[in-house]
Amino acid sequence: MESITSSESTRLIATALAIGIGGMAPALAIGWLAAKAMEAIGRNPEASGKVQSAMILGMAFAEAIAIYALVIALIIKFIA
Amino acid sequence: MHISLAAEKIIEIGPVAITNTMIVSWVVILLLSTISILVFRNLKEVPGKLQNFWEFIIEAILGMIENVTADRKKAEKMLPLVATFFIFIITANWIGLIPGFETIGRWEVLEGEKVLIPYLRPPAADLNTTLALAIISVVAIQIFGFGYLGFKYIKKFINFKGPIQFFVGILEIISEFAKIISFSFRLFGNIFAGAVLLAVISFLIPAIAALPFYGLELFVGFVQALVFAMLTTVFIYVATQSHEEH
Repeated sequence: MESITSSESTRLIATALAIGIGGMAPALAIGWLAAKAMEAIGRNPEASGKVQSAMILGMAFAEAIAIYALVIALIIKFIA
Repeated sequence: MHISLAAEKIIEIGPVAITNTMIVSWVVILLLSTISILVFRNLKEVPGKLQNFWEFIIEAILGMIENVTADRKKAEKMLPLVATFFIFIITANWIGLIPGFETIGRWEVLEGEKVLIPYLRPPAADLNTTLALAIISVVAIQIFGFGYLGFKYIKKFINFKGPIQFFVGILEIISEFAKIISFSFRLFGNIFAGAVLLAVISFLIPAIAALPFYGLELFVGFVQALVFAMLTTVFIYVATQSHEEH
């Protein structure tokens, strides 16, 4: 097995940290959104269509932050 | 295993390089154009199966836009752009799940190791495609804004009524550029990560373990198309709102 240089190992650690830490806040955000949406539907089942659409929209914004973190991780790993 | 962030070039015609995502984009355009032409060649009062299916999709998208704008005329004006975004993106995402994508290719030697250059790759897994779609979307938002509000639309960005309003205007300009980046990276990240996920899972356990992930990719492809179309709708709606001051 060839040994990896220290810069290569730093890159691997940086990649893992980027997506690991970057995924924490969006995960919380999406969970909160879903929880509040479920509360709202529970209180008012008739409005479930509107609540659902708004929830999906909000989740897309929150997930985008996680995607940014993933793209940075990929850039670190594959493009210097 | 070799994962390439950038789309791989297949042929070079003079100075122009043709990438695998470009080829698939053309296939998607051909497919959608053929279906559209077939549907519109003979429109009937009582629709046949294909026309019925197409009408269902268009009506569903129109209903979704009306939910946001609550104004039928505005919704009909926005329908062509939003429906095109949705149908193109969902077709491009789902066509990338056909077996053969990212697996059929030619072997090349790159930096000493033998890598596979695939002939087919989902179009949205290329930042160029998603960036193009994002720029079209944001420019269209501005065009709709100017179209509905006339020259007053510029007041959203350049506002000299006071220092705070001026700052808010600058923030709005920055926010438009943030929209371009956000649109393009959201779609790119989701689809590229999905393709990488499928490749890695198939590399670990061939054939069987990838099945639930194909289900996930079907769902993600649909949701990303929906989100792109819905966000365009919402932003156009916000841009065409006249600010009636109290």
